[in-house]
Amino acid sequence: MSEEAIEAVGDYKYGFHDPENHTIRFDKGLSEQVVRDISELKNEPEWMTDIRVKAYRHFEARAMPDWGNCNLLESINFENVTYFLRSSNQTEKNWDDVPDDIKNTFDRLGIPEAEQKWLGGVTAQYESEAVYHSIREDLEEQGVIFLDMDTGLKTHPELVKKFFGTVVPHSDNKFSALNTAVWSGGSFIYVPKGISVEMPVQAYFRINAKNMGQFERTLIIADEGSTIHYVEGCTAPSYSTDSLHSAVVELVAMEGAKIRYSTVQNWSNNVYNLVTKRAVAHKNATVEWVDGNIGSKLTMKYPSVLLKGEGAHAEVISVAYAGEGQHQDAGAKVHHLAPNTTSNILSKSISKNGGRSSYRGMLQVMPKASGCRSKVVCDALILDENSRSDTYPTMEIGNSSADLEHEASVSKVSSDQLFYLMSRGFTEEAAMGLIVNGFFEPFTRELPMEYAVELNKLLELEMEGSIG
Amino acid sequence: MSQEMLRIENLHVSVDGTPIIKGLNLTINRGEIHVIMGRNGAGKSTLANVVMGHPAYEITAGEIHFQGRPLDELAVFERARAGMFLSFQYPAVIPGVQVGTFLKKSVASVRDDPPKGRAFRKELNEAMSKLEMDKSFLSRYVNDGFSGGEKKRLEILQMLLLKPSLALLDETDSGLDIDALRIVSKGINEIAPEAGCLIITHYQRLLDHVKPHHVHAMIDGAIVKTGGPELALELEERGYDWLDTAA
Repeated sequence: MSEEAIEAVGDYKYGFHDPENHTIRFDKGLSEQVVRDISELKNEPEWMTDIRVKAYRHFEARAMPDWGNCNLLESINFENVTYFLRSSNQTEKNWDDVPDDIKNTFDRLGIPEAEQKWLGGVTAQYESEAVYHSIREDLEEQGVIFLDMDTGLKTHPELVKKFFGTVVPHSDNKFSALNTAVWSGGSFIYVPKGISVEMPVQAYFRINAKNMGQFERTLIIADEGSTIHYVEGCTAPSYSTDSLHSAVVELVAMEGAKIRYSTVQNWSNNVYNLVTKRAVAHKNATVEWVDGNIGSKLTMKYPSVLLKGEGAHAEVISVAYAGEGQHQDAGAKVHHLAPNTTSNILSKSISKNGGRSSYRGMLQVMPKASGCRSKVVCDALILDENSRSDTYPTMEIGNSSADLEHEASVSKVSSDQLFYLMSRGFTEEAAMGLIVNGFFEPFTRELPMEYAVELNKLLELEMEGSIG
Repeated sequence: MSQEMLRIENLHVSVDGTPIIKGLNLTINRGEIHVIMGRNGAGKSTLANVVMGHPAYEITAGEIHFQGRPLDELAVFERARAGMFLSFQYPAVIPGVQVGTFLKKSVASVRDDPPKGRAFRKELNEAMSKLEMDKSFLSRYVNDGFSGGEKKRLEILQMLLLKPSLALLDETDSGLDIDALRIVSKGINEIAPEAGCLIITHYQRLLDHVKPHHVHAMIDGAIVKTGGPELALELEERGYDWLDTAA
């Protein structure tokens, strides 16, 4: 690691970078030709090329969102982004076959170790594509498909064609159009009827190059009565120039199925993180988004669930931490389309050192959806005078039988809490760290233990050196 | 010679410019239990908080020494690490932080050679059974949804684990039923021989269980009368009016 890189890392412990070795690197900038080149390079079926091109045209025509953080959005220079970078010619099944630099990076991130201890499968994506992929044999024998998306398209084109873009159409928003045009990597998962995958499967996304654009595309289909827990993590080096991460995630939970999707997003503070995540829940299915946003420069992300079948349930637990120079614009959207559907939304945010967090939520109950229940709780903790928190809840209730609760609170750390903890031997920083960890506890207790421990350490680190 | 734990000399304290403590003197030695009684607003809680270092209180004159060391040098957490402990009248709620985690971290911060792993758990179990506390306490959040009695027990549990050499107990007996009072007293009696204790209370009834060496009557920010245990009984019987003229 060069000295310059060390300097840039600061408190962010994942900010190191490798030399930029690659086998294929596209010139910066976006055009229809770039889109076609990506598709051709991947040897895709024509229907996928067509979708990409259509999406690209939509992206070009579509205006930027006029909400969120408009100034930051307008400052994105799409011409200064690398849209495709291949760093390894194949996806390996054995860590020893992964190029050394890349393997070292994932070692430092603790991925191979986690895989051995508690995961059912791992995909490691580096820049545009997966460099490592593996699934436990017993899962494979049960018919569980867990692949990187590129391989998924090659080996299961009919399944991909059936579901791709059905939950998040390319025309949903400007960034879903961009993703659909230039997508590369991501996960493809199919869980057969009645199969319960007990150990979580994990995808880890790493950006290494400067001015990189990462556009992974994930599709998870849980067939009737099956369950799956998918975990994703993401980090990037700290650079003075910006990178762009714009993913699309589509989940389909068939009748009685359960999908839990957990994210700990810890991008460096030069990454724009503009992600569309949406799920469809059929009859009696459950979808849970456990969504943690710690890093990035600007995040705009609102995991959504369409409750399409009677008795379906949505659970969205999200936390956001906005430190210096960060804006976390996050939240949740739940659409009750069918009768007797239920949802819980819990959102917690912390703003510190001038950081800004926004909760943006949508709760919709359609006229035909009788007997629905929903509870929305938003808590914000503001740690100093320079920081900011806003709440933008929207409710569209078309059926009067709906049973709805909404609670919101904004709080500060009280001097009584600090004095109490300090009288028990905690320094002011340690006391803050404890309070912050406690505030996020409803989120961290939902994470696999290893992630929870790591997240708590991360937050304690964020509290260090922060008290004047 | 007895070992001095706390020495307060001519202490004057203000809150937002209003004088609360006006020339208070007090010395507590190792092994001594002192009781301060007084009406509401006499400055008793202010005294406990200012000794522990609460930032809202301003010392306008006088000095506080802990084991011969001037306290103004020490931040709040350093006072705790030096061996001072305050049992709060109203302990703060820390949502989302489990009692078990909190106790472990606190013990690790305060004690010089903190017990770890099994040794810690053993000590914790012993202290909890002394205080007749159920293990389910450990997974609850610190003071969150606790009854008054539960809060006070948790304060005493912390005191047993942190092993202070000076314990300030601010109305630890208030709102306790007779069983809880007995249990809390057990905790105080356990640390008392090796520490200096300052008990702030309104009531004599705690003194059925804890035998003080000195009882002080506090009026309008100063100690106006000092005596033995019999003074506590007298104060409870006669009130404080008879002392007003003395002050």
